[in-house]
Order: sequence, then structure tokens, then C-alpha cells
Amino acid sequence: MIKHSNKTYWIGFCVIMALLIVAPLVLPEFWRRFLTEILIWGLLAMSSDILIGYTGMISFGHSAFFGLGMYGAAAALLIVSPPNLWIAIGLGLIAAALVSLFVAYFSTRLRDIYFAITTLIFSQIFYVIIFTWTEVTGGENGLSFSRPHLSIPGIYSTPFTNETLHWFVLAVVAGSYLTLRRITQSPFGMVLQSIRENEARTRAIGYPVERYKIVAVMLSGLFAGLAGVLYALQNRFAAPDFVYFLISGETVIFNVMGGIGTLVGPILGAGFFLMLRELLGRIFGEQFPYLIPLGFIFISMIIFLPQGILGFARRWLNR
Amino acid sequence: MDAVVHFFQAIPFDQIVIQTLNGIVTGMILALVASGLTLIFGIMDVVNFAHGELFMLGAYIGVLVLAGTGSFWLALIVASLLVAILGAALQIVTLRPLIGRDPLNTILVTFGISLILQNYALWQFGPVARKINEPITTHFNLFYLEYPWYRLVIAGMSASIIGAFWLFLKYGKFGVWIRATTQDRVMAQAMGIPVPLVYTGVFAIGAGMAAASGVLFGPLVGVNHAMGLDWVLKAFIVVVVGGMGNLGGSIAAAIFISLLESYAAIWMNPSQAVIVSFVVLILTLLFRPTGLFVPTPK
Repeated sequence: MIKHSNKTYWIGFCVIMALLIVAPLVLPEFWRRFLTEILIWGLLAMSSDILIGYTGMISFGHSAFFGLGMYGAAAALLIVSPPNLWIAIGLGLIAAALVSLFVAYFSTRLRDIYFAITTLIFSQIFYVIIFTWTEVTGGENGLSFSRPHLSIPGIYSTPFTNETLHWFVLAVVAGSYLTLRRITQSPFGMVLQSIRENEARTRAIGYPVERYKIVAVMLSGLFAGLAGVLYALQNRFAAPDFVYFLISGETVIFNVMGGIGTLVGPILGAGFFLMLRELLGRIFGEQFPYLIPLGFIFISMIIFLPQGILGFARRWLNR
Repeated sequence: MDAVVHFFQAIPFDQIVIQTLNGIVTGMILALVASGLTLIFGIMDVVNFAHGELFMLGAYIGVLVLAGTGSFWLALIVASLLVAILGAALQIVTLRPLIGRDPLNTILVTFGISLILQNYALWQFGPVARKINEPITTHFNLFYLEYPWYRLVIAGMSASIIGAFWLFLKYGKFGVWIRATTQDRVMAQAMGIPVPLVYTGVFAIGAGMAAASGVLFGPLVGVNHAMGLDWVLKAFIVVVVGGMGNLGGSIAAAIFISLLESYAAIWMNPSQAVIVSFVVLILTLLFRPTGLFVPTPK
């Protein structure tokens, strides 16, 4: 039984991967770019799912990790010449890891309801710092830079084309997904889920809950930073807007819409959200406040459909 | 010795007095916002992310009523009442179905509400800040400044609203219900207190207080759609520093943090002075994670 469902899972995984690999060859440029962005936002949402879905902590500060990954990559691309892809990724990840360690250390000291507040406040600290420290971060205008070459050090180097960039993003996102999936199924992931289910009991059994939470936040921050690096590569700029609260909020919306605690759900949610936004923008014009209808959908989903689209689809399929 | 004298001469005493006044004024407004927030949390276990937007909405309704009638005090009352009714409606529609579910759901729902309200304000009123005219335009001399009386009136009004609320909690029938529900929800219900009604009432009162502070504070800054986030952030910091659910602690923390920020603004750019309150928050989380004004639990 388990083996069978495992087999269907891998078949499904391969089919979706194949579709995503072929997609940039058939899709027009606009939708290709759109798909790449969905993947990047999906990675961000997936990283936040580790906290929301698996540990039961809502982070309203993922924009800080995302943004710091972005600025870390930007710094590497501006300082090191010629710009190197792997140094950019490395520096972005280091920046995100440092920030998430800082945030994790302070915001896990209180019970889960405070976590949402303190992460929000901390991400806003980083926003203020980045926004006002114009000499280093470019302030409101942000930083722009050129895209590095896709390279394997010493062997191979070629400029990114639209297709290779998409495949690179896809590879990173798929790799992250498999890693995160493995982590959530590991003993460590089980402890996180038991924290979600019953924190007091987990502590009573003898697990150092705070330490697990700190590691979970760092893990989540690391993958959010990776998403930031990818976004920087795709758009060739870093701006304080991406450290702003709205990004964190949208990350939470992706999660709830797609289905928390599923890893795939958040990617689906990101796709759903961005498609709806695009659709509303096309029907009612660019100025339309798309967050109003999306907000209504979001609230009704929390009340009536707390498992999100994926959970709903799963129940519907099993019926 | 010379250095010490020089140090004391370098302290701008006039500025310190002015900034103390400013700090107390913003502190009182902040206390009004934060006490609504902490009340809602203490009783309903709901972290109200939409609190800043209720503040903003109050300010906007104030702008409209003021433009229609010309009376600031009428605007204050109408805005508070309307937003209180809106708060009650929001509680009934969105929060009541979530009673008994994981409290994290309430954070998500109130966040959704804040998104809708904020974008509605942006859509309806545009990005340009509106102005509320001060109802009292007289000044008194303070060193080289003409200090507006209105600022002191705000502080007084906020203090009296908080004071009236405290009396209401202490002696009013509904206030006693609220306190009973805070202490023991199940027992209160068993004694015949309509707990769902208390929840709705508390949310409405909190919303009304946020709206009142929005109207009162409107004349000092422009009214725009994004003002909510700034205030809710500050109020959250205050509530964490003061101890969540602790009314007195929140008020003390509000004044404490506003004073620190005002003093910092003497030497720093005001947008960077915000960092001072962040530092207070971090220190609180490090050494007194349950709040500065609460005895450390054993």
C-alpha cells in the first residue's frame, strides 16, 4: 500500500518536472518569466511552510530572510569581479543564515503567538536599516548589477539565457523541495511536528524545544535566502521593497491558499495567487486593488477551507 | 573637570524639555492604541493584526466627518462609534467561527482584514495624505518654540479615555463581565455571563479606542493608508515590552518607549530613532521575556 502510493508520488513528480522542463521552450517570453517567478515565490513559500505547517509558528518576517539573501547576492555580484554565480549564492545564504540566527534566537524565547509579532518587528528593523543606510544599500533605489555567468568553476562558463535561467531556478527549487521533504520526514522533522501538535508534551519527553525551533527558523531562513538569491539573479536588482512586510504577508497567503504542511501546496498557492493577480490586473486594469478580493478569498479559506487548495483537492480525490 | 562642565553644557536642556512633552503626547496616544490591543489579546487570545488599520480607518472617518460637519469633537465621536460597530461586525463574521480553533488562525484572519482595509483606503482615498485641522489652534511659549496647546489636550484626552475605561472595567457591569472572562472563561460562562457577547463587546471597544486615537493623532501627522502598519508595529513592541495582556504594563511601556524615541530624535534622524525602540524590545526579550513591568515568573 505504502509502496504503491510512493510509486504514484514519484510518477507524479517526474511528470510535473518534465512539464516544467519543457515549459520555457513552448511558452512565450512573458509566461516563461511568470513561471520562473512562481517557482521562486514558491520556494519562498515552501521555506515558510517549515515553520507554519510543520512547527506551528507563523512567521511574518520572511521578507527579511528573502531580502537579505537578495542583498547578499547583490553585494557579491558588485564586489567580486568578474561576477561569480557561486560566490553570490554563498554570500546570499550566509547573509540569510546570519539574519535568521539573530531572529530565531530572540523570537523563539516566547510562545508561538509572540513569534508572529516578533518576526514582523525584526523584519521591519531590517527594512528600516536597509532603507536608511543609503551609502551601502542604495536606500530607496536599491542596487542593480549584471547577471553572472552560469559556470562550473574551472570547467565551464556560459552566459544565462532565458531557458537556462529557468532550468537553473527549476533545479534549485526541485533540489530544495526534495531536501525539505527529506528533512520533514526525518526524525528532526518528526520532532518539529510534535512541537506543533503538543509543545508541552514534547518538552516533557525531553526534547530541547527551543533549540529545535531555532534550527527550524534557521533552516527556513536559509531556503528563503536562497529564493532571494534566485530572485536577484532573475531580475538583476535588489530593492528595499522586497524586505518590506508585504512580502512576508504574501508568503503567508501563499501558504494558506495552497495548503500548509504539504510543501507542494505553498508553490501551488503562489501560482494561484499570482495567476489571480494577473487575471484581475488584466480585467480591471493595473490600478485595481487586487489585494481586496484576494483578501476576501484568503479570509474565507481560513474559515471554510483551512487545508487550502491542495488539502481540498486531496479530500475530493479520495472521496 | 573641564570635560564634565563641557558635557553638561552640551546637553540641550530646552530640547530635552520639549522632547519630554512630545514623548508624553505620543506615549499617551500609543498607550490608547496598545491598551485596545492588549485588551483584545488578554481576553480573547487574539493578536489583532488589523488594529493599525482600525486606527487608520478611524482617522479617515474623522477626516470625512470633519469635512462634512466642521466639528472635530463630533468627528471623534462618530469615528469611534462607527469603527466600534465595524469591529463588532468583523468579530462576529470572521473571528467567532474560529473560537475553539488554533489561535494562530486568528492571526491569519486579522492579517487578512488588515490587508483588505488598507487596500480599500488606498483605493478609496488615494496615496496622498489627508489633513485633519486642529480643533484648538492656540499656542504657548516654550523656549524658542510656540508649543501648541492641542498636543497637551491630546495627552489629556487619551489619559481620560484610558481612565474612563479603567473605571468601566472596575465598576461597570459589562466591565466586571470582561474581567471575569479574562480570569476564567469557562467559569464565567457557567455563572451565566454571555461570553460570546463579551468577546464581541471587547473587540468593539478595542476598535473604538483605536479609532479615537486615530482621530486625535490625525492633526499631528497626515492621514494616509499606510499609517496603520507603523502604529501597529509600535503598539506590538509596547505590548511585548509591557507584558502581553497587561494593561498597566502597556501604558507604562508606551510612555517609556515614546520618551526614549523622542530623546533619541535629538541626536538622530527621526526615522532612525525607531531603532531605539527595537533595542528596548531586544533587551526585553533577552532579560525579561514576559515583559518589563511584570514580576519575573518563577
